Amino acid sequence: MGDPVFAHGLTLAVWLILLVKTVAVFVIVLVSVLFMVMYERKAVARLGVRWGPNRAGPNGWLQSLADGTKLLFKEAFTPRSADRLVYKVAPYLMLVPALIAFAIVPIGGTVTVAHNTTELQLADPPWGILFMLMASGLAVYGVILAGWSSRSKYSLLGAVRASAQMISYEAVLGLTTATVVLVTGSLRTSSIVAAQHGGFLYHWNVIHTALIPFALFAVAITAEMTRPPFDLVEAEEELSGGYMIEYASVDFAWFYLSEYAALVTNSAFIVTLWFGGPDGPRITGHSIGPFWFFLKLLIILFVFVWIRATLPRLRYDQLMELGWKRLIPAALIMLMVVAGFQINREWGFVAIGAGLVLAGVLWRAIDVGRGATVVESGPDPRVAQEAEQ
Amino acid sequence: MTAALLAAATGSGAHLAHASAWAVFGVGAALILTGAFGVVLLRNPVHSALMLVITLIGVALEFIDESADFLAAVQIIVYAGAIVILFLFVIMFLAVDRREPAAPEPTRAQRPLAVLLGLVALAELLILSRVQHWSSGAHHVAGSLKGGEDVQKLGESIFTRYLLPFEMTAALLVIAVVAAVVLSRRHGRVAAEMSPAEQEEATLR
Repeated sequence: MGDPVFAHGLTLAVWLILLVKTVAVFVIVLVSVLFMVMYERKAVARLGVRWGPNRAGPNGWLQSLADGTKLLFKEAFTPRSADRLVYKVAPYLMLVPALIAFAIVPIGGTVTVAHNTTELQLADPPWGILFMLMASGLAVYGVILAGWSSRSKYSLLGAVRASAQMISYEAVLGLTTATVVLVTGSLRTSSIVAAQHGGFLYHWNVIHTALIPFALFAVAITAEMTRPPFDLVEAEEELSGGYMIEYASVDFAWFYLSEYAALVTNSAFIVTLWFGGPDGPRITGHSIGPFWFFLKLLIILFVFVWIRATLPRLRYDQLMELGWKRLIPAALIMLMVVAGFQINREWGFVAIGAGLVLAGVLWRAIDVGRGATVVESGPDPRVAQEAEQ
Repeated sequence: MTAALLAAATGSGAHLAHASAWAVFGVGAALILTGAFGVVLLRNPVHSALMLVITLIGVALEFIDESADFLAAVQIIVYAGAIVILFLFVIMFLAVDRREPAAPEPTRAQRPLAVLLGLVALAELLILSRVQHWSSGAHHVAGSLKGGEDVQKLGESIFTRYLLPFEMTAALLVIAVVAAVVLSRRHGRVAAEMSPAEQEEATLR
């Protein structure tokens, strides 16, 4: 296992290949961020029957470049009471995880350069997919430290909201990823992709795990990225901008960049984990993995934009309820069901039965708990209303 | 991982793998020590918490050096990704995130006692590392980790040989969580039941 490029020792050619691959991953992420910002603005505009940016460059496609350049030349402002070091470091703490996570995404197939065959994937560690969870776990630091170091109530509240949200939904992310690992039997991203190979759609994990874990994963990763409809972290109406409210210029650009880099990287993970990565029909006998990979990536990215244009924002308590009372139990039950079906069909149905019973008990418990809270804090307004009538 | 990878890669050049293993160990140890001193010496609690993260990353590096990749990843995901974040939450919510003069000692014997206990712990570590295979007293309980899927070995040992301790730890954690909920509900009301003014008073003093 592992990248075949290491088969003949660490020669100069191997080092060069690694260097090229590292730069390539960096460039892919950065270019896709520039593209994504425009793609999103254009698509949201069209979904809202507008034109969107159409001034800079051909059809306005250079607008994000122009915006980025403008940001770089703005004044880098630091609040007087800010914790200077942490304030300056926080954007990078968010940027780095978003950039490096793409390293473990298999883009598909191998290439041979000067007798050195290498995978189109920068790193293929045996604990691969945990790297994704690690990156999203560390990204929380950027958020919470940015909010804290600005010494502003709004940014602190935004940071607390954001980090609570990210930590809560990380549990769902981990549990649903575990179902994939259970089906595949490996944490390596290349093995996860290889296990889904052959048979367009039929062998993909989204079908293999009965769709529900994928749905949970998709919701969780949307919340993890604080994308709409879970973007109450930067709710303009309440927090006027969230944790990065005090940031300007380059530092703000890093936040913006890392947000979109995380979007691209996480969409790539959705493709890898659930949609077979570079798996797809061959065309005239040639395997065109990268084409299928980027096509799927584009489709997933469009769905994210579509969701943003369609759904209204959730309230904070709705978000927490959805996470802790619905998604986490559902993810746990699905993990159990998938594990049951891994043994044999009977155990699978037993797991489904047990899961339904557990879900019922939990439903009742939540109901009772909610009733208890209402009684403690005074009469239930609904009851009072009924009594008046 | 680096060490294993290099060892597999170089084949004959085993000395290179050895050197890189030492390099990883050195960097990890430096990180651990820097972080540990930072936690103790820095005055600002948030800075201390960040130094703790550096220590945790150093520990993860050492795990990688020992080919325990899974433990390294879990170390980062669980400790750095969740637990220290909770520390930061507490620090921020209790509004203790400012430089404080050293408070008077709660008990007079604390300082000498701390020195004594520290020395005892150090002696214990040194003795154990001399006589036993590190501090667990066991060598390769779940089989050697060098080369091979450490996740499988860890899973096997947790769900077969060490099932009872594992489940007991899980039960203890659940009990602790329930107890924390019960205790916090008994003293004072939860935030959701306060009026906005009370909430603000309680959190943003």
